[in-house]
Amino acid sequence: MTAAHTLAGGFPDISKMTVARQAHWRRWLTAAAIVVVLAAIGRAFASGQIEWAYVGRFLAAKVILEGIANTMVMAVLAMALGIVLGVVVAIMRLSPNPVLTSVAAGYTWLFRGTPLILQLLLWFNLALVFPTIGIPGLWSARAVDVMTPFLSALLGLGLNQGAYTSEVMRAGMLSVDAGQYEAAQAIGMGRLRALRRIILPQAMRVVIPPLGNEFIGMVKATSLASVIQYPEVLHNAENIYYANSRVIELLIVAGFWYLLVVSILTPLQMLLERRFARGALQIAR
Amino acid sequence: MTRPIVAIRSVSKTFGEFQALERVSLDVREGEVLCLIGASGSGKTTLLRCINQLTSVDSGGIWLDGELLGLCEEGGRLHRLTPRQIARQRLKTGMVFQRFNLFPHMTALENITEGPVQVQRRKREDARAEAMELLRRVGLAAKADAYPAQLSGGQQQRVAIARALAMKPMLMLFDEPTSALDPELVGEVLSVMKELARSGMTMMVVTHEVGFAREVADTVVYMDHGAIVESGPAADVLGAPREARTQSFLSAVI
Repeated sequence: MTAAHTLAGGFPDISKMTVARQAHWRRWLTAAAIVVVLAAIGRAFASGQIEWAYVGRFLAAKVILEGIANTMVMAVLAMALGIVLGVVVAIMRLSPNPVLTSVAAGYTWLFRGTPLILQLLLWFNLALVFPTIGIPGLWSARAVDVMTPFLSALLGLGLNQGAYTSEVMRAGMLSVDAGQYEAAQAIGMGRLRALRRIILPQAMRVVIPPLGNEFIGMVKATSLASVIQYPEVLHNAENIYYANSRVIELLIVAGFWYLLVVSILTPLQMLLERRFARGALQIAR
Repeated sequence: MTRPIVAIRSVSKTFGEFQALERVSLDVREGEVLCLIGASGSGKTTLLRCINQLTSVDSGGIWLDGELLGLCEEGGRLHRLTPRQIARQRLKTGMVFQRFNLFPHMTALENITEGPVQVQRRKREDARAEAMELLRRVGLAAKADAYPAQLSGGQQQRVAIARALAMKPMLMLFDEPTSALDPELVGEVLSVMKELARSGMTMMVVTHEVGFAREVADTVVYMDHGAIVESGPAADVLGAPREARTQSFLSAVI
């Protein structure tokens, strides 16, 4: 060691040295073990009693594609209904008016407190309670004609979702600093305008991750509508295996489509999050 | 003397057990700059919040520009105003908060035009032009498109002042406008406020900046335990306080 390689106080000069790469051999070992296990499971399925040819044949069958399209239509519409209801109910819940607060609390209590499948069956069988429905003197119809599988599923899923979404929205609105509401009032805004212009846009940033979660839940919850004859993907897959007895093959087909849809939704959520992070990018990074 | 813009008469307010204001009476004349000083919890901020009705009074009354706030008299009884009427009364005052409270999802310019466009229904182009003029006035024309998170505390508070001015209020209320700022940023906000005072704006300022009060205020009011202890011309109250409590407060803060 020459004097040039020593720092003041006799410490070695490390500024020219490189840091050696760590071996991470434990990571390699666990990864290898996981691959072996996965291969074993894969082999078991490949040699099990599954006719993979059937999976391939029905993967893009017209009835299945129609089913997944119906699934998506229902998920989007029911979620839209749920978000609209959720925002309205959350605003009611936070209102100073005790009548509105009670109505909102009652709605959440009722629709969150009973199983979704029970609600779907109730809507679908509404004709048993009210054979005809309508507005007296103006319009009436037989309930069996009105309560189609589509409308029953939409109301059942949407109203149930609204109860959950209202709590997500309420949490989002409460997360906004009270000073924001005061600042909005100070420039002469009323309650609703302050909510729409100031509070909700900021709440959106907070609620999008849980709402994305809820929407993924909704995509899968539409499968419950199979019990009321709504032709979504699981219902259609069931109809096929009732005919050809290829139960597992068709369940795998349905499962594939659910996974695909959910995989596409995740990056979409990221895009939305970025959209509503306006003005907050510096804090988020 | 010009007519009082604000007339506060025997206003009391309690929060649970805590007496925030106790029979406070005060006049603010047009063009006057009035500084409220006192220890925290002395009621200065509550008084300010009562004037723009973020807090309601328990008893007594506040008249702004000759109009009773929050209540109207009809048939010998008082009735509460509707939220809409209260919002309309608020337009006469501009409020600047201790913690700025800028809208974080809007740019500086959008923060300023929000009230004129959404509440006062003014044309967007006119509101934008006026907002740019206000930004120039507070020295931030270059920051029109910046979001609050991209601005320093002092810059945010100057935007907040511009936002309040955009509503063309007859009275500006400042609630400890420099208390949340780093020391080196206090000066830029105070100089904007001094300019505003010189332009003839009527101002009520809750502050701990005794130097600012001495230089700019026409009147200084010292409050303690929800009551006004002493008030008068700035030079008298700050230079030669009569009350022992004022003296001990001033000797503690200077």
